[in-house]
Amino acid sequence: MAARRVIAGILAAVLLLALALVVLERGGPADDTANGVVTLNRGVGPEPETMDPHRAKTVQAHIVLHDLFEGLLRYSPGGDIVGGAAERWQVSDDGLEYRFWLRADARWSTGEPVTAEDFVYSFRRLVDPATAAFYANHISAVVNADAIVAGELPPDALGVEAANPRELVVRLRQPTPYFLSLLTQPPTFPVDRASIERHGDAFARPGNLVSNGAYVLADWTLGSVLELERNVHYWDDAATSIDVVRHFVTPEPSNELYRYRAGELDITATIPSEAFPRLKEERPDEIRTAPLLGVYFYGMNLNHPELGGKRALREALSLAIDRETLVEKVVARGEPPAYSFVPPGVDNYEPPRLKFEDEAPADRHARAKRLYAEAGYGPDNPLEIELRYNTSETHERIAIAVQEMWREVLGFEATLINEEFRVLVANVQAMEITEIFRLNWTGEYNDAHAFLNIFASDSSSNMFGYKNEEYDALLEQAAAQTDLSRRRLYLEEAERVLLADHVVMPIYFYISKHLVSPKVRGWRDNVLDYHYSQHLDIVDDR
Amino acid sequence: MQQRGAIRFALTRLLCAIPTLFFVILIAFLMMHAAPGGPFDDERALPPDAAANIERAYHLDEPLLTQFGRYFGGLLRGDLGPSFRYADYTVAELIGGALPVSALLGAMSLVIALAAGVAAGVLAALKRNSIADRLITGFALTGISIPVFIVAPLLVLVFAVRLGWLPASWASTDSGARLLLPVIALSLPQIAYIMRLTRGSMIEVLASDFVRTARAQGLDTWSIVRHHALKPAMLPLLSYMGPAIAAVLAGSVVVEQVFGIPGLGQLFVRGALNRDYTLVLGIVILYASLVIFLNLLVDILYGFLDPRIRHR
Repeated sequence: MAARRVIAGILAAVLLLALALVVLERGGPADDTANGVVTLNRGVGPEPETMDPHRAKTVQAHIVLHDLFEGLLRYSPGGDIVGGAAERWQVSDDGLEYRFWLRADARWSTGEPVTAEDFVYSFRRLVDPATAAFYANHISAVVNADAIVAGELPPDALGVEAANPRELVVRLRQPTPYFLSLLTQPPTFPVDRASIERHGDAFARPGNLVSNGAYVLADWTLGSVLELERNVHYWDDAATSIDVVRHFVTPEPSNELYRYRAGELDITATIPSEAFPRLKEERPDEIRTAPLLGVYFYGMNLNHPELGGKRALREALSLAIDRETLVEKVVARGEPPAYSFVPPGVDNYEPPRLKFEDEAPADRHARAKRLYAEAGYGPDNPLEIELRYNTSETHERIAIAVQEMWREVLGFEATLINEEFRVLVANVQAMEITEIFRLNWTGEYNDAHAFLNIFASDSSSNMFGYKNEEYDALLEQAAAQTDLSRRRLYLEEAERVLLADHVVMPIYFYISKHLVSPKVRGWRDNVLDYHYSQHLDIVDDR
Repeated sequence: MQQRGAIRFALTRLLCAIPTLFFVILIAFLMMHAAPGGPFDDERALPPDAAANIERAYHLDEPLLTQFGRYFGGLLRGDLGPSFRYADYTVAELIGGALPVSALLGAMSLVIALAAGVAAGVLAALKRNSIADRLITGFALTGISIPVFIVAPLLVLVFAVRLGWLPASWASTDSGARLLLPVIALSLPQIAYIMRLTRGSMIEVLASDFVRTARAQGLDTWSIVRHHALKPAMLPLLSYMGPAIAAVLAGSVVVEQVFGIPGLGQLFVRGALNRDYTLVLGIVILYASLVIFLNLLVDILYGFLDPRIRHR
């Protein structure tokens, strides 16, 4: 009896399996190529959180949004700002009034025209407290923007206005030389009022989402893939080669690499460190690295009595870190060592460097020892300090190496503490228990201000407890300039002050790292790591 | 008599489950909120006004108890709330999308594991210390000791990257072929475990008095197994199946991550890392309910399998 049941069970299992295979067998998307549909498969990294351009906050969401939407302006494949929904624009002499003329053929994916009114609605929606946008302050340069975010003024008090359906006027409260670059980014993308009013919170889902870029959101399988299809109403649709773009969710770099090697991905979001040396030998032409606007650093909390009171100690700590060894031996992916906080490659800016960059290692070490002793430490009285970093193999290896460098040069043993990312961030921002911490900073826009403003006394991102009146004054003077070459001098001087104070120890500059299949054409390296799918093409020679 | 006892037993247990579930929810809620760092923390600190707007939108500015009351009130109406992370979706939708995928994979791997595990276990018990037994036990030991985070990438490396027979990821195809590697990765350790359980309890049962009596009556081994030994030998397996089914439905984080499967496991882990309070709570509630329900089911089934256990 029972044995018969066991046999029946086994049979049922086999049948179930077969049935499941048959039911799910609907023909793979591999058939696409046969129909002449050009498909691009990209790894996007961790899952994007929303396709609402105003509420999105991660790089991953922004990558997909750049395919779906188009702001007033956009970047060309070479990294220049060019017209997007706007075909031309004009800035007043005082730098306070921006006028944009929209393209006559700018269209939503519904076929309706994109109007200046749409942008007015969208900009107001971004700053409206009810939207609860992460980047609500993105356009804080616009008249009244901050007061609206703070709930002090209604959204319609914002300094934007539609002069006529194709002409948009934006008024700023102070000259902002990088304002145009802000208009290439998702927080300033237009959203379709009618679809928001119809669908409410669900407006950004596949099927509901109306967009004005080269693609529309066809499908989104959570945890797996976002599928985009050509937007036939896009004004420049004729120039788009790729019909379907699949952004695959790839949270694990090593698994992403497997998928790439299995031919399932044409572009990866990153390259795992451990695979770098081998890939360099096996597929040198497919590795694409380029400088990125980001810096990996060890910050110091100046509220800590020893760090805050002793500039000499801070300099000694920075001097003793051998950045070349770190990037060559520990990180080993081709990142350049950092001797400034603002990365090279930022527009209208030449970063000043830490003075000891040109000193020989022996001289650096000798001076580090002297400063360390000057600050009152020695073999009998070693520094006791904690170094915090978030859990990750790379961060841990760097922290251990730095700990060893400090022990060798200065003779003290730093306590290493690793924390989950959100715990570290919460601690760093509270500025209570942190001493030295690892973090990184990336430029939201291509301007030195995006890096230097976090050290201003009143910045919400000032996690260093740094207060320097001279520094604040230099930033304010820079902000008042409309002349880019003069503004730049103030900013460079500000960074010089910052570096001399040794508030932060820059370690290395980020690079973008992708594997790009040989059949992908049109890939151009750029500091913002923007690679819009509409600029790419697939040529399969096989 | 027996039926009525079983029903009363089930009802009592269900009533007891309500406070259990309530405390699970309360504790999970408090633990999530006690974890340092909030859902909107990032290295880029928000300007205070923008941060206040977001907190207000998600009611994070209210006292914790008010927040719990609001959440629990929603639960009673069957509303698991909006996801803190995925602004376009509600928690119910996120779970509703992931559960069938995890359940399908889990059910398939469990059925395969049961069939293969029980068969191999019985065989090993009957041919104790033979070469077949050694082979099966050796396999089981390997299956249990090699963690799935090794097995799964290895399968991908061999069958997808090197041989190119099967897809490396879930989303790269719609065909059923994408089920094969994940199901194998999921079922291997289960086969091993079930096989060991079956073998152990079978050996024990075969040595018991009633089997000896049956043997003395001249029955052959197969009829003894079929009619007398198999049912009692399944008891330990049954108590294992309750939690195993719950675990399998809840998805395997590792397998889901390796193959990019949109299941519950990775949703849960990402939810915890992102401090997506409502999403984590939703999955905890689902999982706790499953465990409670399945354990109850197992206890009731026990009564049918073993005449010595009766619910009175």
